[in-house]
Amino acid sequence: MIAKKDFRTVILDPEKCKGCVTCMKRCPTEAIRVRNGKASVNYEKCIGCGVCVRLCPHHAKLAYYDSFDEIHNYKYKIALPPPSLYGQFNNLYDVNYVLNGLLEIGFDEVYEVGRGAELVSSVTKILLDQGKIKFPVISTACPAVLELILARYHNLKDNLLNVLAPVDIAAKLAREKAISKGIPAEDIGVFFISPCPAKVFSLKLGLGVRKPYVDGVLSVGEVYMKLVPVMNKLQEVKPISKLGATGLRWAVSGGEAEAAFRGKYLAADGIENVLNILNGLEENELKDIDFIELNACAGGCVGGVLNVENPFIAKARIRELRKRMPQLDCNLLSDEGKGLEYYLWEEEPDIKNIDRIDEDRMTAMQRLVEAEKILNSLPQIDCGLCGAPSCRAFSEDLANGVIPPDTKCPRV
Amino acid sequence: MEQCVHLEFEVAGNNFAQAGLASDQVKSTLKKLGIDPQDIRRVAIAMYEGEINMVIHANGGRAYVDIFVDKICINLIDQGKGIENIELAMTPGYSTAPDDVRALGFGAGMGLPNMKKYTDVFNIESEVGKGTKVEMEIHFR
Repeated sequence: MIAKKDFRTVILDPEKCKGCVTCMKRCPTEAIRVRNGKASVNYEKCIGCGVCVRLCPHHAKLAYYDSFDEIHNYKYKIALPPPSLYGQFNNLYDVNYVLNGLLEIGFDEVYEVGRGAELVSSVTKILLDQGKIKFPVISTACPAVLELILARYHNLKDNLLNVLAPVDIAAKLAREKAISKGIPAEDIGVFFISPCPAKVFSLKLGLGVRKPYVDGVLSVGEVYMKLVPVMNKLQEVKPISKLGATGLRWAVSGGEAEAAFRGKYLAADGIENVLNILNGLEENELKDIDFIELNACAGGCVGGVLNVENPFIAKARIRELRKRMPQLDCNLLSDEGKGLEYYLWEEEPDIKNIDRIDEDRMTAMQRLVEAEKILNSLPQIDCGLCGAPSCRAFSEDLANGVIPPDTKCPRV
Repeated sequence: MEQCVHLEFEVAGNNFAQAGLASDQVKSTLKKLGIDPQDIRRVAIAMYEGEINMVIHANGGRAYVDIFVDKICINLIDQGKGIENIELAMTPGYSTAPDDVRALGFGAGMGLPNMKKYTDVFNIESEVGKGTKVEMEIHFR
């Protein structure tokens, strides 16, 4: 498995980066600094939310994902399309067009992640009834949110829904199905078509799984460009979709909560709103809520930065499509014939300490006192000219020796 | 002299949307120090309840926070209407919050009892017409 710090969630195009402060100021974990006129990311702190990619006015921030050609490294190629993919197409009334299109552009098999999502919903219902997880139960389907909680909200660890992500379940089932058809394991390549950089890194690194279930992660944008020309020319559209309206609804914020829970739930989307809810949870607010769905992107997965379509348009299309989708009955779990364990985290994802200054509390205290002293000498206008997102961040960088001790505030 | 980080906050009266900002800032500092999450939770709850109290009852006030290696001292001082009967105010479920505040989900009468429950030192002084002072300490494990 790849170590977190070695994994590049977002890549900078230094030619295009003008060294402005846009991405740095809006990064929710303050992972970005502008050094020598270029933005640089501290990958230890990055949760892969994609805010910087979305906001960069110069298109200098690129999300990392695998090239489509990687599928050709495998003899038997399986595509895992997410529910949000269906919101990208104009005048799409039957998702089978997309699935047949995927077979046309080189895949041998498709397995819808929305199906995995429906299974997650069924499992979640059981877990909520069992009541073993601390309430309010927090969904873990958005990997950027999960990373954020693991990095910064350690108090909420016991509230996490310990169910695999829909894509992991889809990948697991799809691979088993291929093997049961007699295809040699080494020939099988499972590829997720991702709406966001967070799902790229979480699948590459594996969150809650012992080892990654997918072999590659493609972007919705790149696959879309290949799909559109073939979808228009399809001779025959085979009915292969096994998706129901519930699974499709997962593409949009609120879909997961609505599917799993009849009690009091809330669904928040957009990273700033997510931070608000997490802070409130730590302060014991939201006492009367039982289930919390959080999505880093505004609108839910349709808001991911690897999509091509405006999230609101995609959302409207998903709503229309849902009317034509079947409501699957609740026997999904018995249809698959797996026990509950199959769908649960195989291991607890690691807690990280992105805020902690030093292992030794005394040392951390000294640095913090030093930083406070520096902060009091600064204008505290958070202009970003120094290359740090705030005066506080600058003073801490200075106290922690991240930047040379003679670095001066350009405004003083 | 013992090392200490001092933080001060103005808590605005009748501004529910801003309540919790001081608590967030304190939490963020404690996380930098690597304080145990359970202690951070106690601080967050006590601090937030205190902030909300000043918002609801005292038209705002000030929070003075001193963070040491082994403990946090929180002083909440307001010039509000004061508390007539502190013993009664400390009774779980007792509340003088107006109906409009209760409609927002606040004022359940658990503020002061929770602040006492989650802290290691809790002192409250109040004078009717002058204001209230709450002193809290949480000792870190």
